Amino acid sequence: MSAVDFLFWVFAVLSVGGGLSMVFSKHPVSAAMFMIVSLVAIAALFVLLDAFFLAVLQVLVYAGAVMVLFLFIIMLLDVGPNAAKQKIVHWKVGILGLLSSISLVFVLFLLGGEAGYIWSPDSESPWPDPKLGVSSAEDILPFSTNVSSFGYGLMTKYMLPVQISGFMLLAAMIGVIILSKKSDPRENDS
Amino acid sequence: MFDWLPQNVWFSVGLKVFFALMMIGAVMTMAGYSVLAERKVSAWMQGRVGPNRTALPFIDYIPIIGPFLRKLGIFQPLADGLKFLFKEEIVPGHVNKFYYYLAPLVALVPALTTMTVLPFGQMYWPDGTTSILALADLEVGILFVFAVSSLGVYGIALAGWSSNNKYSFLGGIRSSAQMISYELAMGLSLLPVFLWVAVPGAQESGLSISGIANSQEGAAWLFLVQPVSALVFLIALFAETNRLPFDMPESETDLVGGFHTEYGSFKFGIFFVAEYAHIVIGSAIFTLLFLGGWHFLPFMNDPWPANWIGTLLGVGWFLAKTVFLIFFFIWIRWTLPRFRYDQVMHLGWTKLLPLALANLIVYVIIVTLIDQSNSTPF
Repeated sequence: MSAVDFLFWVFAVLSVGGGLSMVFSKHPVSAAMFMIVSLVAIAALFVLLDAFFLAVLQVLVYAGAVMVLFLFIIMLLDVGPNAAKQKIVHWKVGILGLLSSISLVFVLFLLGGEAGYIWSPDSESPWPDPKLGVSSAEDILPFSTNVSSFGYGLMTKYMLPVQISGFMLLAAMIGVIILSKKSDPRENDS
Repeated sequence: MFDWLPQNVWFSVGLKVFFALMMIGAVMTMAGYSVLAERKVSAWMQGRVGPNRTALPFIDYIPIIGPFLRKLGIFQPLADGLKFLFKEEIVPGHVNKFYYYLAPLVALVPALTTMTVLPFGQMYWPDGTTSILALADLEVGILFVFAVSSLGVYGIALAGWSSNNKYSFLGGIRSSAQMISYELAMGLSLLPVFLWVAVPGAQESGLSISGIANSQEGAAWLFLVQPVSALVFLIALFAETNRLPFDMPESETDLVGGFHTEYGSFKFGIFFVAEYAHIVIGSAIFTLLFLGGWHFLPFMNDPWPANWIGTLLGVGWFLAKTVFLIFFFIWIRWTLPRFRYDQVMHLGWTKLLPLALANLIVYVIIVTLIDQSNSTPF
């Protein structure tokens, strides 16, 4: 087992363990902390894949900004240790949840096995085939972890998805403004 | 880089650990002496003397030098550190013990982690090649600094929350709100810098700190080219390091001690050191990004020879700029009064953020025009 393999197992256990602890921890602040552990461990897994830019963005956006907001809200609402204590889950809901998670794992294994990642130990490259779903040779973007190649890909091949997700974010932002804006009482008088 | 050394994994790992320990030693020493500088500079500005009593037993008896060092307060950081170590450790009964102990560590670790990507000089090898002096010269170095330093807020927020004290809690809440608000302006203020450095045809990668520093060699320093970016970044830096006039989390006039009200002895010492380590590293980052790093003066090539003397002079010049910026931090602290909390939020969201956005748009247009005319910038 090489050092990289060892580190992979360390961070894999940290990320999955952090996620599970987040779900099962009683206190909301502990849950948020475990989620940060999980997110940072995933960033470390990105580093092991040589995707430094993705790793840094993962920490910057999720651990550094989104989770600060989470923690801010949890602290501001002052939810005590009992807030996360659930009612007893109905057995039908439990069975449905179990079934759906089993089928998710099944589908993942099926897809991974078909692409040759899981069952064939001699498949060296974890990267998807760059020719996958590409009609002409010009469309192939070479694999690179260089930052500018991310920008190039986003602004050329993936321009439409970028614009669509930007539009959806804009819609979400307008929705938040409408939901959180208190209506002016003077408007109702007139 | 170290081809002449025996190629052994454990040896290279040991060498890295040794370099890392040296870096920690350097930054922590600077942090400790920043505390002394703060006390001395504030005393100087208020017409006082400042710490001038601490003495080591033997050095104090050396004629002339001993009393001189004593009056400078050189040994004060040592005495302060020992005092933190030997004070009684008091843990209030109403705190959440686990997070109460965790918080100072969470505050210190990001401050020390950012220094791994901090370049501090340029090594001139005898065969004419150069390499960057840094523990790890990442291609995305500046983003790494942002990412890791944004984790520092958890220390303050957790300290405020776990203390179970209204004042501490308000300090923690203010800190998280302030960090989120100013991180946006900070990131946006740097985008024009990346654009400028990575202008089409440029040699350096726009996201690497050493690349940005080297792009200023013999050319305009970036604060001359991008004064608005430098100003917004500097203000956001003050806010992110919780320095006055932005020290909302601990403002002692309305929150007793803010997030560290319930902390004493060594745990308080860790918060204290973390704050000054942030100042040291923030000053170094500003020097590298806007003040030319280890390069001499704007529009001038480095006057020092390209050998080991040049290496040392470059590092020294970089340290001199950094120390000046630390002095600038202290200078501002003892000159400006503290903002009110609503003023801080107002400044961040309605002044700095639109300013940074407008600045970005202006520089996008300028860089596009330069690109169109195919001329090289300055």
